[in-house]
Amino acid sequence: MNPAIALDTAAPTQAAAGGAVITAVTSGKGGVGKTFIAANLAAALARQGERVLVLDADLGLANLDVVLNLYPKLTLHDVFTGQTKLEDAILPAPGGFSVLLAGSGMIEYSRLTPTVCDQLNDVIQRVRPRFDRVLLDTGAGISDVVLYTISLADEVLIVATPEPTSLTDAYATIKVLATTQPRRLIRMLVNQVQRPGEARAIRKQLQLVVDRYVNSGLDLPVMIELLGEVPYDTTVRESVIKRELLLESAPGSAAGQAIVAAAAKHLAG
Amino acid sequence: MEPHASAKPPHPAGVALPRGLNPDIALQLLQQSGHGALPGEPMSDAWLQALIDALVDLSSRDALTGLANRRSFELALAREIDRVARSGEPALLLTLDIDHFKKVNDTHGHAAGDLVIQAVGRALAETVRPMDLVARVGGEEFSIVLPNCPAAFGPQVAERIRKRVARSPVEIAPSESVAVTVSVGGAFAPQWVRTTARLWMDRTDLQLYRAKSEGRNRCCLEPTAVPLVSAEEKGLLFASSTFQDLT
Repeated sequence: MNPAIALDTAAPTQAAAGGAVITAVTSGKGGVGKTFIAANLAAALARQGERVLVLDADLGLANLDVVLNLYPKLTLHDVFTGQTKLEDAILPAPGGFSVLLAGSGMIEYSRLTPTVCDQLNDVIQRVRPRFDRVLLDTGAGISDVVLYTISLADEVLIVATPEPTSLTDAYATIKVLATTQPRRLIRMLVNQVQRPGEARAIRKQLQLVVDRYVNSGLDLPVMIELLGEVPYDTTVRESVIKRELLLESAPGSAAGQAIVAAAAKHLAG
Repeated sequence: MEPHASAKPPHPAGVALPRGLNPDIALQLLQQSGHGALPGEPMSDAWLQALIDALVDLSSRDALTGLANRRSFELALAREIDRVARSGEPALLLTLDIDHFKKVNDTHGHAAGDLVIQAVGRALAETVRPMDLVARVGGEEFSIVLPNCPAAFGPQVAERIRKRVARSPVEIAPSESVAVTVSVGGAFAPQWVRTTARLWMDRTDLQLYRAKSEGRNRCCLEPTAVPLVSAEEKGLLFASSTFQDLT
């Protein structure tokens, strides 16, 4: 191996220069509560006094608007097509944070082109100085749009559930990130946990597999860090069906408190 | 370092002789590497420019094969990563290693070994497109950067290179030639996403090791599809009693 090539282990970050820390929230598998976690994590961060923006980066199949019960007139689509200014598309959401919704009509953006890359990157760089935290709610899967979106973030948070299919997809995501992107720290939040401590065991097992099958081929090992676990909680289902934020309708619920704890850990770095 | 005795102060608007550059040593280096005479009056602007150009060229080439050396290969790789991140075009990196090269050296001597390295270098350069960069990156190791190479062509390109080397025995002495084969590892740069040279090289190296361990004289390219999670990996993933209790 050649020491002349500097190994860039840190993701590109301007956070030190005063801009927002940008976190990509991704999952591999769909339906694990990724958008639910992103929205409620944002609300929990906002409660701590942070200026938070959630950007719906699921350009093909956006549903942050559904989770938040918003009917936006202006979306990322309008920003991309130049029909509106970025400032006007940043909307207040319940929970005290801001959102930038993808909206409908984004199907044409579900494949990457140099234009989509530039536009997404441009929007992210322009919102960076205005917030303390930006959460990028990526689509499910590991399409090129998802991988590109993650590459723009300072940090990545993988949301998984204890189901084998979710864990397999989380592992596949970690594997592709480890081999294609310089990032070496991957955070994880386990949703719908059935008993306390389950997420710790899951993280440990994932790390074991990563060490054996991924890290063995890398100079610097990928580390998985547990951000928290959110217990299975019937109030979550109730709030989702009512299209309300859990942190608004039932902040004291077990799941709500777990998200608040995860937000605190997220802030602590 | 003392300026060279014959060095005149450079023309204000002309090409300045870099401080500490001894033109005599530079000229010796060029002559030793087979470079012809420089054009123009010694120490003139044109002459100095030609000297600098020749030195730049010299420092970017491998002395034995005339191919790009490791230094210029790394520059080319960094440029290609920039381009791929911007354009999303597919780009392939191949790393090749001469099989059982030590045996050639041990049996026929290092001079024969050098001839083999030169012949393989020529074969590689003749097999790829003009836009591709062939470099000698180590003793018997070569790398090729292939910009704008569609994924479907990857295996064909690698195979063409391997076959070209395999069917050209190298003459190491009058009426004595040795058969030479190479193992080839390859990986495509992740499109759109900015990778690092190190990660890309690691992935091709991994494929090269695979080609070696599977018996040499073969090509192994990283599967371009989304990395599959093998049954073995799944087995370990779900080995924990935590999950077994759940089901």
